[in-house]
Amino acid sequence: MKEFLRPVFLVTWKDILLELRSREVVIASMVFAIMVVVIFNFALNVTPETVDILAPGILWVAFVFAGVLAMSRAFVIEKDQGSLEGLLLCPVSRDSLYFGKMLSLFLFMTVVEAVLLPIFAVLFDFSAFSFTLIGVILLATLGFATVGTLFSSIAVNTRSREIMLPVLFFPVITPVIIGAVETSTGAIGSSVNVIGVGRWLQLIAVFDAVFLVLCPWAFGLVMEE
Amino acid sequence: MNCAEGTPAIKVVDLHKDFGDYPVLRGLNLTVEWGRLLVIFGANGSGKTTLLKLLATQYRPDRGEIWVGGIRRSQDPVAIRRIIGVVAHQPMLYQDMTCQENLTFFGRMHGLDDIPRRIDDVLHKVGLEVRRHQRVRTLSHGMQKRLAIGRAILHDPPILLMDEPESGLDQEALASMGDLLRMEAGSNRTAVMTTHNVDRGLAWGQEVAVLSDGVIAYKADRDSLDEGRFRGTYLKQIEVAP
Repeated sequence: MKEFLRPVFLVTWKDILLELRSREVVIASMVFAIMVVVIFNFALNVTPETVDILAPGILWVAFVFAGVLAMSRAFVIEKDQGSLEGLLLCPVSRDSLYFGKMLSLFLFMTVVEAVLLPIFAVLFDFSAFSFTLIGVILLATLGFATVGTLFSSIAVNTRSREIMLPVLFFPVITPVIIGAVETSTGAIGSSVNVIGVGRWLQLIAVFDAVFLVLCPWAFGLVMEE
Repeated sequence: MNCAEGTPAIKVVDLHKDFGDYPVLRGLNLTVEWGRLLVIFGANGSGKTTLLKLLATQYRPDRGEIWVGGIRRSQDPVAIRRIIGVVAHQPMLYQDMTCQENLTFFGRMHGLDDIPRRIDDVLHKVGLEVRRHQRVRTLSHGMQKRLAIGRAILHDPPILLMDEPESGLDQEALASMGDLLRMEAGSNRTAVMTTHNVDRGLAWGQEVAVLSDGVIAYKADRDSLDEGRFRGTYLKQIEVAP
């Protein structure tokens, strides 16, 4: 287990170090997400009566598009600098490389969301400190990072990688987005349907579990050539 | 070191590799004994890089089998990656990390002990001691290439695979690379390198081979090589290459 985890944390540490120096991923995604939230706040007339209906959709549009922006950079540095080959030549399993990249993407997206959520709560006047809301954000972000890492590794080898990533990503991640919006509606709204929220959370958890098995396996095949 | 004794350093049998409809390697056979430096010549597109990538477990063969250090590629590619060092066209380094950080990262990825001592040793060998805290981005191409060699030998691999390692180097860097290769050859390390430069390849190699039409068309020991005939064969291959 230690042999497996060591490269996972090394790859994540390396990504964090490079991000601290370049500030390419987190800052760009954060600025983009804040802009989305601010524009929606002015474009839609959100009142206390409509906040339950509109806020979850706007929140997840911001999170998902910021996430795609972060994903699109996940393998670009490795590819452009040729260091992906160096990484693949290390005597470690492809699975551990996948989980290292996935963990760093999850961390970057979580940082963006942690900054965005209080801003969003102030603009739309609701409490951000809901265990259900935080829980669904973490579960859905795990799903985004799991699928996004795989598709990012595929898209980076194509000529039109900026277009290819969302084309591959959105059809697969749609169940998670729907589940996250439904659960957030329950968490932000005044009347929480516990059974409904629980079912959506289960759906996201099952999605995460399935893709946490499938994606590392597919990543190994993608990286073979 | 996990290398089977009594087996050649590298053995390739009936190796085939296609890219789409284009066959690159067509039943290639090759054996390299321990401690030898084999230089492979070949025209552009002859499959030199493909062969090295297959040996380095970066590509999967369509047919045939590869043993590196006695380890069968199809059985344990991770074990092969532990005993090889690779120098490719690109330096395979992180531009925003320093020389020391890059070597530390790759040393840890290889699970090495005593990494600081190894880094000191490698930086001394490639002549980059004073640049250790400099980011790779700020190094010249030649220095990056030298650091790439340092990364490749950091884990002291018994087998080195080098794809045109001299490309883009100035005369001074070339001379120091020649010295380094001679020093490494003395340490009983096996090396396979590709090059287009006949003079340099003949000066550095102990064995030479020509890759043509997807197979090893010519292979000879440097000491028993008929240089005139070799040059004629190689130049003819280049002329007829598509």
